[in-house]
Amino acid sequence: MIINLARKELRSLLASPMGWVILALLQFVFGTFFLLGVDQYFQTMSGMLRPEMRQGVTEFVGRNVFSIASFVMLFAVPLLSMRLISEERRQQTLPFLFSAPLSMTEIVLGKFVGLVSFLTIVILLITGMMSTLNLWAEIDFGFVLANTLGLWLLVAAFASLGLFMSSLTQQPVVAAILTFVALFALMILDYFFASDPTSVMNYLSLMRHFEPFSRGLLDSRDIAYFLLFILTFLTLTVRRLDADRLRG
Amino acid sequence: MSTVTVEASELTRAYNGRIAVSEVSFNLNKGEVLGFLGPNGAGKSTTMKMLTGNLAPTSGTVKICGIDMIENPKEAKALIGYLPETPPLYRELTVDEFLTVAARLHRVSRKHIKKAVQVAKERCGLTEMSNRLIENLSKGYQQRVGIAQAIIHNPMVVILDEPTVGLDPIQIRDIRALIKELGGEHSVILSTHILPEVEVVCDHVQIIHKGQLVFNGSIDVLRQQRHGNRLLLGLSRPPAPEALLAIAGVVAVDAQPNGLFKLRYEEGSAPAEALVQAAVANDWGLYQISPDQTSLEDVFVQLTFQELDA
Repeated sequence: MIINLARKELRSLLASPMGWVILALLQFVFGTFFLLGVDQYFQTMSGMLRPEMRQGVTEFVGRNVFSIASFVMLFAVPLLSMRLISEERRQQTLPFLFSAPLSMTEIVLGKFVGLVSFLTIVILLITGMMSTLNLWAEIDFGFVLANTLGLWLLVAAFASLGLFMSSLTQQPVVAAILTFVALFALMILDYFFASDPTSVMNYLSLMRHFEPFSRGLLDSRDIAYFLLFILTFLTLTVRRLDADRLRG
Repeated sequence: MSTVTVEASELTRAYNGRIAVSEVSFNLNKGEVLGFLGPNGAGKSTTMKMLTGNLAPTSGTVKICGIDMIENPKEAKALIGYLPETPPLYRELTVDEFLTVAARLHRVSRKHIKKAVQVAKERCGLTEMSNRLIENLSKGYQQRVGIAQAIIHNPMVVILDEPTVGLDPIQIRDIRALIKELGGEHSVILSTHILPEVEVVCDHVQIIHKGQLVFNGSIDVLRQQRHGNRLLLGLSRPPAPEALLAIAGVVAVDAQPNGLFKLRYEEGSAPAEALVQAAVANDWGLYQISPDQTSLEDVFVQLTFQELDA
């Protein structure tokens, strides 16, 4: 059932020009940064005389591409997630889902899985692009995979927040703005609390938990953070939709 | 054998303390078509939303084929097909795509999806629209797609909220025929404010007014009210009303302008012939005699007001 709904969501995303435009633009941005990274690698590395100053090509290009990816997704995900529920509210299509034999959890999970599968396509394209470096260099696949996983978790967390924001309003644009503001606040949280490294607020920062992945480090605490983040917002979305049914 | 498919008992719904529907109870048997009548804002749609599990009742229960909507919503919803007031359509999909999604979500098994989509399209006259985007269809066709998605999984109960709104007369006739056909094997509940429609398609009628059920009965009762024992008589040289009362069977005379009289006669008596004879014999100048039908609208107004006084 979840899969069926996810398929429908994916189809809707690909049926609109929005999906394709975002897919193309993202790929253009990542491609550009990938190219720049490869280009700069030789210039920078030829300047490094001592061997210990030199960096692997995977790390050099990968850092370039994955850090810009996490930043660009901050804009892309709200645009993709904004319509998930708000549009259904506006077009009054929610009764279609509510009167089908689906539980609220299935509806929310279906929509979430649909969006995440679309985003997975984007991420796999980046990973594929990184892997092409292997044609002429021996790349560090561990680093690439850690980054991919990190980016995937980050984007899934974005999507869960976007889904929740989308359930709050009838206007997709409002949902997009709310999502963007909330994500941005969570991203830069650790700048505000940089002076106090022991502050609890630091734990909430999305970037702080993404950073170890971008160094190629898999930490179960960070994985747990993202999973909890996703779970929280999906639960909130279920509650929000349930309230629709109860309060009318 | 009749089996109860929908059982609503004491459904009540309040929005922030304002009662929208209050203690509505009824049963519906298999193969019956129930018409839901009521003025705007009477609580028709709210009741339907509660029946389909789109809205939780403040109190009361709904059972679909014995399955409680609140305790086992998934099982109960699987037995229902629902067309809300605004047809819920994903405009970016084609008719085929949309109906396939609807079939999948309603748990039509994989092998039967194609068949189910085909049958639903044929029943609603959508076969030629298969590959059109729903967005580009006219209102009438969109309405048909809405009906198609409600019947695609062959549900036990079909609930249609104002299904004929926005259709042209030919389409309305088709849809009515379809509803009658559905009534054969399923139970159908439809709401409408087009009164003749109820007479054409429904077996049972419920009139809801200000959240209260004011009439619940067979369509025959309503018809009776409508065709009740009345005659309309037109005389160019009218006598005093007493002269008319003297004729056997006539119990009430209501004089109207232009020599028109509204007569009520006893059940079972047929005073028309006697009236004509009397008119000829006394030279009253008979120019019209016909059964006096109260329009359904009048019956409807009567019913909604009667109960208010009571």
